Amino acid sequence: MKPSLFGYQAPTTLEDAINLLAGDADAVVLAGGQTLLPAMNFRAANPSLLVDIQHIDGLRGIAVGADSIVVKAMVRHRELELDEAVQRVNPLIAEAMQHVAHIPIRNRGTVVGSLCHADPSAEMPLLLVLLGGSVIARGPSGSREIAAEDFFHSFLTTARSHDEIVIEARFPLLPPKAGWAFDEVTRRHGDYAVVGVGCVLSLDGSSRVSGVRLAACGIADRPVRLKEAEAALNGTALGASDLDAAVAASLASVTQPDDINVSQGYRRRALGTLIHRMVARAAQRAQTAGAVS
Amino acid sequence: MTRMMKQAAPSRSADAQAEVELTVNGEVVRRTVSVRMLLSDFLRHELGLTGTHVGCEHGVCGCCTVLIDGKPGRSCLTLAVQANGYQIRTIESVAAADGTLHPVQQAFKECHGLQCGYCTPGMVMNILGRFEETEPLDLSDEGIRELLSGNLCRCTGYLNIIAAVRRAAELLGRS
Amino acid sequence: MSTRMFGARIERNVDPKLLRGEGAFVDDIPLPDALHVAFLRSPHARARIDAIDTTAAKAHPGVVAVYTSDDIGALDVEMPLLIPHPSMTNPQTQRPLARGDVHYVGQTVAMVVAVDRYTAEDAAGLIEVDYAPLPVEMDLVKALHDGAPRVHAAVPNNLAAHFVQTCGDPDGAFAAAEHVTRITVQVDRSTAAPMECRAVAARWEAVTGELTVWDGTQAPISVRGGLASVFGIDEDKVRVIAPDVGGGFGQKVLLFYPDELLVPMAAMQLGRPVKYIEDRRENFIGSSQERTQIHTIELAALKSGEVIGLRDFFLHDTGAFIPYGIAVAQVASTSIAGPYRIPNIFVEFKAVYTPTVQVTPYRGCGRPQACFAVERAMDQLAQELGLDRFEIRRRNLIAEHQFPYEREGLLFADGLKVTLDSGQYAKALEMAATELGAEDFATARAKALSEGRYLGLGLACYVEGTGLGPYEGGHVKIHPITGKVYVNTGLSTQGQGHDTVFAQIVADQLGVSPQDVIVVEGDTKAFDWGVATFASRAAVVSGNAIHKTAIAVRRKVLQAAANMLDVDIASIELRDSAAWVKGSNRFVPLAAIATASNPLRYAFNKAAQAATQFAPASKHDGPPLAEGEAPGLEATDYYSPSQSTWAYGVHAAIIEVDPGLCTVKIRKYVCIHDCGNMINPMLVEGQVMGGIAQGIGGALYEHLDYQADGNLANASLMDFLVPYATEIPDVSILHLETPSPLNPLGVKGVGEAGCIAVGAVVASGVEDALRPFGALKFHHVPLSPTMIADALEQAGH
Repeated sequence: MKPSLFGYQAPTTLEDAINLLAGDADAVVLAGGQTLLPAMNFRAANPSLLVDIQHIDGLRGIAVGADSIVVKAMVRHRELELDEAVQRVNPLIAEAMQHVAHIPIRNRGTVVGSLCHADPSAEMPLLLVLLGGSVIARGPSGSREIAAEDFFHSFLTTARSHDEIVIEARFPLLPPKAGWAFDEVTRRHGDYAVVGVGCVLSLDGSSRVSGVRLAACGIADRPVRLKEAEAALNGTALGASDLDAAVAASLASVTQPDDINVSQGYRRRALGTLIHRMVARAAQRAQTAGAVS
Repeated sequence: MTRMMKQAAPSRSADAQAEVELTVNGEVVRRTVSVRMLLSDFLRHELGLTGTHVGCEHGVCGCCTVLIDGKPGRSCLTLAVQANGYQIRTIESVAAADGTLHPVQQAFKECHGLQCGYCTPGMVMNILGRFEETEPLDLSDEGIRELLSGNLCRCTGYLNIIAAVRRAAELLGRS
Repeated sequence: MSTRMFGARIERNVDPKLLRGEGAFVDDIPLPDALHVAFLRSPHARARIDAIDTTAAKAHPGVVAVYTSDDIGALDVEMPLLIPHPSMTNPQTQRPLARGDVHYVGQTVAMVVAVDRYTAEDAAGLIEVDYAPLPVEMDLVKALHDGAPRVHAAVPNNLAAHFVQTCGDPDGAFAAAEHVTRITVQVDRSTAAPMECRAVAARWEAVTGELTVWDGTQAPISVRGGLASVFGIDEDKVRVIAPDVGGGFGQKVLLFYPDELLVPMAAMQLGRPVKYIEDRRENFIGSSQERTQIHTIELAALKSGEVIGLRDFFLHDTGAFIPYGIAVAQVASTSIAGPYRIPNIFVEFKAVYTPTVQVTPYRGCGRPQACFAVERAMDQLAQELGLDRFEIRRRNLIAEHQFPYEREGLLFADGLKVTLDSGQYAKALEMAATELGAEDFATARAKALSEGRYLGLGLACYVEGTGLGPYEGGHVKIHPITGKVYVNTGLSTQGQGHDTVFAQIVADQLGVSPQDVIVVEGDTKAFDWGVATFASRAAVVSGNAIHKTAIAVRRKVLQAAANMLDVDIASIELRDSAAWVKGSNRFVPLAAIATASNPLRYAFNKAAQAATQFAPASKHDGPPLAEGEAPGLEATDYYSPSQSTWAYGVHAAIIEVDPGLCTVKIRKYVCIHDCGNMINPMLVEGQVMGGIAQGIGGALYEHLDYQADGNLANASLMDFLVPYATEIPDVSILHLETPSPLNPLGVKGVGEAGCIAVGAVVASGVEDALRPFGALKFHHVPLSPTMIADALEQAGH
């Protein structure tokens, strides 16, 4: 399984990279290559030109700021996963990243690459949507910030235009004293999520939900923010009927049809189970965080 | 069948070529190769380092795992041209010059952690790479399985490989 | 050194080489100037080929040749039917390159030979084929209906074979039954997925007229014979080498695959070495698969639980062709009664063509399917009669005093009636119960339930006919210079450790260290009488052949040493690579004995000089080499088993099911197995554990997803789920050694043992775990989360 022939350029400036993309409709960005190379080896992807961005200045590094974590384009998954500063301000990220493929893949694949690939079963797009992050895309006419909710359009499709390069992703910090949880069900360890759910939840003084964000991957053609479920949980004491209502409200979001892995019915069941469990786990962490104040 | 064609034999493809320069097992190598050559094929066929094996060419089986700038990575998902300037270590760099096995290799031998040997170089490089990281090792049943997930073995059923990781940690004083 | 090697857990001789990355798999072998092959494969499951245009491919830079069925001369015929059988009507095998029709997605249509694989794949993509797609029927049951789309025009109802076997009086048994249980079960198709895909390389030496073929095969001698025959070359001029091979599991025992004929052909025609290295996608759509069977099985029982009769009717999916005959279905049929007495058996199967990759043996070879059927039926019978699952088995297991236990009318793969020779079946069952903690399980289950967790116990027994003939050989030679022992046999290894296991056998006879025994096999130039490595036969057949041969060499050594040391033969003992006079310090090294046994004119080395210190190796009058004597310390001998020898075992597990996510976790897995005397228990455990991992794959993960149009949707390791370490639990393997009475070493085969019972154990355990939700049935493996979800849903949960 060898790739078909392509041209290869390794520009050292962003401008050169953008011009290369603009000049060839079948050119693609090569960052970590962990998704692109398999597709090319299968000849499912046959780009005419690879624009390798690994040598461009200014695309490395993680910066933890006052309200966001900035992850540059060439940051490998494993770097973000192990970054202690990030773990302190948003432990949800490291927890979710345990599920991204396997360590050798995380050593090479990039966070931004995963976001741009936009596989609806992937963990990083789900994280961005769950946390309400954004990406910065640079194109011939300059930079723009695209919010997560506007970035993922559909299956493997994002708001990025062909001649734009996403140069960084921004992940918000967790709200103070928020609880958080992430888990997914897979067929084997490290496989793409069949269904994944993340939850960030805050409790008020009387243990009622003062804020909740809930999102899922694997259930539709892109990560889904479960707003109906959030509405069903907000202000409640997370009783059994509240959880049931939240689950019931989110089932309609499961649009992914039966596939070779699982049935749609199974996805609904798994979604319901994970919502229950992630909300419970996040609430428990919120309680603990609240108790240790 | 006895008639033989005299060949004006082609020996190179018409692919665009690229110059690559990288360090493999401590030695700088320079070659001119097809721009689409995979690092796995480069190591095996350009450099004759056939210890790195190819099992799937889609990054799942781990047989092609080498150390890329010190970290385990799939050579089948890396282009030779991409590897310009990289430091690569393959299985051939692991044993001593006189053939004495490295403790990781020794542990595999003691624990019967290999049968056909095809997945073994990838396993060893993955484990070695992890052992050479400063991150603390999780040597619990789950921790070792986590480390090995990403390397397929069809022969052993993994239990002896798990034992080999533990034994290697012992031999290296990493318990 | 006098420690007995047979039975010792010694490390393998071959490991350092493999661990250093110095293995020589086919693609590692340097072949300067080699050309590379890629195949164009059919994208349709059934289609007529109306035209093939290779013009653009041939003109592509770097391409040396492009072949279709029109270009391969005498090779353009159906490849051999390896194992004929009267139950097959009009058996179909494929041609190396399709002519006229294609019968499965993946079938080879054209071959490109180019300067490298990248270019060859480019060129394959430039070949234009006009296909006229034809309708397909993928459903095994519907494929048999009148009017169903045919895989082969000449074969109506897609019926490849129909076979009935009867033992005793099944009709009578069913008439007399006090209770009959009936169940339909299904096992789905899987594939061996060895880590090294298939590979063939060939080099033709025009000067000597010799063809050398490197082939990752389990059957080098058989391949050599076939090639010599097909190409009309003397066998002596054809050398087949199976070098290091990265796993076989049965997939690599089939011959011929198209490339095994076409690559040598191309090498001979093009005057350069030619290599074909199968890629993973091709392994999925071109190399053999196995497992699909649907059994409807009935047990006729007394209320006591004694099963007096069994009827089984099954459909066996043979794929698009049947080159290996009915072997898989036949093994399934003859294993159907497992380790139970069941004296009256009716087993009938229909082998059905489907437009899919052909089915030939994969580790287990039909036994997993048979075990799944009878064990699920036993569970159901137990439930219906209100009996414990261990107890019902206890009441039916063949007792020790009943061996040899015959099943007249069921002919095993050795052509003889099934005869279970030995075992301690009841003891194995008890050991499984004890090791698992079966007695305490009810308590453990109740406690788990109170915590909202669902635990179940799974159990299954199996038998395994092993050590198939017709024969294998051994050649043992002590080298005069080093005193090392060279051993050859006609097998090849794909990871089983023959180099060490056979060395252990020889070491005991000749008093050498196993590290000083060098086993060279897998090369027709080293030894070329024999069959292949498959069907759990290496230890039994080659092991005993090598044992006999080593004994013959030992006799020669003892006699020569006695002569050289001038003592009685009874005073000689062999140890530390030398012959010693018992109770003294007098010895002569094996190297010296070997040298002295070869009356040469020229002395080359120290060993030759040393030999002169002793009396002559041979005491006789007359010429240096006596009539009837051979020089040196060397012998060749063969072992031909009278019948198969039957191994067996019991597997049990504690399994947890999460009804929310419908995932299955094996909490504890216990395997009791008996393969007779074990030559190297560490290697035996490795074989068993590897088999169990494949069994877990087949129980929970591995499913080849053929779509309605015949396309294989998951032809990659991304989507075909071979388990990682994270999916395989700890397993407790306990050995029982009931020596086989049928061969001198008392061994039985064990290569396939691990995978046979796993599916039944897992289904049994999942059913048990979900009992609180109702009488859910799991009769289909692999068991997926969707299946569990559906079952729960149907039960109102």
